[in-house]
Amino acid sequence: MSERPTYTLKGDTGDWELVMGLEVHAQVASEAKLFSGASTEFGADPNCNVSLVDAAMPGMLPVINKKCVEQAVRTGLGLKAKINKWSRFDRKNYFYPDLPQGYQISQFDHPIVGEGEIEVDVEPAHGDPAYSFPVRIERLHLEQDAGKSIHDMDPTATYVDLNRSGVALMEIVSKPDVRTPLEAAAYVKKLKSIVVALGTCDGDMEKGNLRADVNVSVCKPGAYEKFRETGDFSHLGTRCEIKNMNSFRFIQAAIEYEARRQIEILESGGKVDQETRLFDPNKGETRSMRSKEDAHDYRYFPDPDLLPLEFDDLFIENIKASLPELPDEKRARFESEYGLSRYDAGVLTADSERAEFFEAVAKGRDAKLAANWVSQELFGYLNREDLELSDSPVSAAQLGELVDLISNDTISGKIAKDVFARMIDGEGNPGDIVEKHGLKQVTDTGAIEAIVDQIIAENPEQAAAVKEKPKSMGWFVGQVMKASGGKANPQAVNEILKQKLGL
Amino acid sequence: MTDLTKLTLAAALDGLSAKAFSSRELTEAFIKEIEASNDTLNAYVVKTPEKALAMADAADAKIAAGEARALEGAPLGVKDLYCTKDVRTTACSNILGEFTPTYESTVTQQLWDRGAVMLGKLNMDEFAMGSSNETSRFGPPANPWRREGSNQNLTPGGSSGGSAAAVAADLCLGATASDTGGSIRQPASFTGTVGIKPTYGRASRYGMVAFASSLDQAGPIAKTVEDSAILLEAMCGHDAKDSTSLPEPVPAWRESVKQGVKGMKIGIPKEYRVDNMPDEIEALWTQGVKWLEEQGAEIVDVSLPHTKYALPAYYIVAPAEASSNLARYDGMRYGTRVQGDNLVNTYEGTRSEGFGAEVQRRLMIGTYVLSSGYYDAYYLRAQKVRTKILNDFIEAYEKCDALLTPTCPSAAFAYGEKADPVQMYLNDIFTVTANLAGLPGISVPAALDSQGLPLGLQVIGKALDEASCFRVAGAIEEAAGFVAKPQKWW
Repeated sequence: MSERPTYTLKGDTGDWELVMGLEVHAQVASEAKLFSGASTEFGADPNCNVSLVDAAMPGMLPVINKKCVEQAVRTGLGLKAKINKWSRFDRKNYFYPDLPQGYQISQFDHPIVGEGEIEVDVEPAHGDPAYSFPVRIERLHLEQDAGKSIHDMDPTATYVDLNRSGVALMEIVSKPDVRTPLEAAAYVKKLKSIVVALGTCDGDMEKGNLRADVNVSVCKPGAYEKFRETGDFSHLGTRCEIKNMNSFRFIQAAIEYEARRQIEILESGGKVDQETRLFDPNKGETRSMRSKEDAHDYRYFPDPDLLPLEFDDLFIENIKASLPELPDEKRARFESEYGLSRYDAGVLTADSERAEFFEAVAKGRDAKLAANWVSQELFGYLNREDLELSDSPVSAAQLGELVDLISNDTISGKIAKDVFARMIDGEGNPGDIVEKHGLKQVTDTGAIEAIVDQIIAENPEQAAAVKEKPKSMGWFVGQVMKASGGKANPQAVNEILKQKLGL
Repeated sequence: MTDLTKLTLAAALDGLSAKAFSSRELTEAFIKEIEASNDTLNAYVVKTPEKALAMADAADAKIAAGEARALEGAPLGVKDLYCTKDVRTTACSNILGEFTPTYESTVTQQLWDRGAVMLGKLNMDEFAMGSSNETSRFGPPANPWRREGSNQNLTPGGSSGGSAAAVAADLCLGATASDTGGSIRQPASFTGTVGIKPTYGRASRYGMVAFASSLDQAGPIAKTVEDSAILLEAMCGHDAKDSTSLPEPVPAWRESVKQGVKGMKIGIPKEYRVDNMPDEIEALWTQGVKWLEEQGAEIVDVSLPHTKYALPAYYIVAPAEASSNLARYDGMRYGTRVQGDNLVNTYEGTRSEGFGAEVQRRLMIGTYVLSSGYYDAYYLRAQKVRTKILNDFIEAYEKCDALLTPTCPSAAFAYGEKADPVQMYLNDIFTVTANLAGLPGISVPAALDSQGLPLGLQVIGKALDEASCFRVAGAIEEAAGFVAKPQKWW
């Protein structure tokens, strides 16, 4: 693993650095809402998954959904965080039509999960190699989601859908440990891989089931280190919070824009206002949503309708015992079991579905070869086409068969790429494709010798020159391969050429 | 058959089971009485005679089949704070408009499940905020009691003024009420009736329109201590729909009423001897002590040193919770909406027209004390006071089994007599402590004052020890021999 690179932004007055902390909202995977029995099913008709409690009818009371509490504890354990055996729900008061109670039940000063830490892996980019860095988790708390205001159904009226009202969310708050746009996206990716592996959130960002708020500030080189030494936030710049982003691409673009915006303000002698901003993906810019002056006074106070959450060690131990293999543990196993590099293992374990796919391909085969075909070829293709693994036109069994064909010298690696392309086009199993198109590797030395003889005979000058310059034998290899339609076994071609050319 | 309405609940249940009269006859008698009286007394804000008769007939069938339940055929009134399925429920506030729930509160459901008959919904202060029932959207009910020789209408107290007036005027056998700072006990004291607030968590709050969640408790107002025990048994019990409901079995409280106080230690908290307390109330308190001593109780002096902070703490905690609980009345999903030209104007129009002045005052106080920068100084401090008050009680209960105090510092007063809100709030001075500490408290009528108005004594028990409250209240009831009824003028 490489060192963590320093990320600087050039300004007119010198270099700037970025500091970010993130708040990620992950919808708890549960059948029912946090405080009511209403369904959390996505895509129901508006206002169909709404109980009397969710609609805040008079006299209705919240009752905690134990499953959501377990999921939060499970997530906390997955983040290697402290589980608070005593926590409490508070009311966050504000008026909005999609907030029926007039308050959101959340956790203010006693969250269910305390401090933790995760290791984040950053992919190679912009010429920088892959690296990993730690992000400290400040807390995780449970809270209710609000309903949805729909402004575009009518020119003058706003409609409200309360299906989401009361759905359980986990808000995961990081410390300001993130320093580049890529790191921010990588952090969210890592969180996603953890909650998905744990089964505590489906990680579906398109449905908004995982979304991130990023607090961005800029500072001069050296200031961040002072902050880390002292814990004194005054070393850092004024931050702006960019709300509610549900794609890795938006997260990076928003941060890049926001950092530039803040630097421009500071360099022209202005002051960054602490405010909440929204990212507009169409314009690629952030705009002010509300300033600090407009900020709500949420009047937090402990919710008197609910008792504090109290657990014993047994409750936590039971959940701990049921945890699945987490991405980091899986990566370590892939490194030792399959002899993969940390980076390759990381790519393959970033999501449990992909890891499972790889293991199906690698089982009983050359793991490195399998890793290469899974992550480079298949994942590369899926990423280019923006497809999910579940949409893959190639199954694990088919890819495994292809690896077998390479391993037993039926086809060369080069031909395999051609076969793979045909598999993607839906031509079926690789064995059948090889058969159908006659792609089987030629290992018959007689046939290869005949081609070699012919090529040497046709090119006497080159044959003479190669003795002086042995490296130019590659040209002959190319010619032979070409003449064989790529099917000649490259190793055999090499040997025969050497012999015939007298090298 | 008009005499039927004068029966106690216990006597009526006996008569029903002995088939001396039917529930239909009993219910009809109440309906007739309500028809004749309610325009004057204004106790009921919704009358449900048809529902009542249907329930009465069903009860009669049960009795005939030998399947009578604990309250079979007993006509009761319901404070308008309880959500009642298909019957308009507004907590006497304009903001709820014609709101008609599709669901039933747990407490009322338990009453119907035991065979009780619903006569209608009873008047109350808007959202239970008040001590005189004057903040009701429907105007105040009249106290059946008047000062001797006076034609002036008096308040039946509040916030459960309609419940107290209806019980005192024989417009039901008993009624549900609710108590956040004294709203059961003070009206009971003002009307010569018995009212008990159980330990916080005994009765489910599910389906009760919330005022202050950590203080609100359901309880009955009844004609006798025994009747209040019968009703409280039916109203209490664990409910999974209320997270603050206690998983405790409901004792047979009716049996405690006649157990006497022999051997009990009764504490007299010196801090309840407040300045400007009328001599009559002081004298009645002394009389109460004497009655209990005579029946074999030991009297001990105790101190509750933080009592003087109770009222200010209460008037921070209760409005704070109310400011949040009442945020849901925004004109969006139910109730009244005053449409403005934008969202904020709609909110403002709805809430300024929908809420009365006293509710608005408390919402503003509550919003203020929870505000950033004030929270620690007000709300947090008030919660600390609350802990101190509870600790005072715990300490006092090391020396005694129950406390005896006056219920109120005054008898019933006239409408408008306490126009200054603080004067009104001071009427809760003896009752709020039990709410802040979550303890059971009962008010039992003990005497008439020199003007002929009833006065009550309060017994505050240990947590979950309603039984002692009933024992002491039963003993006072017997010793006082309080049988006075208001002279019918309505």
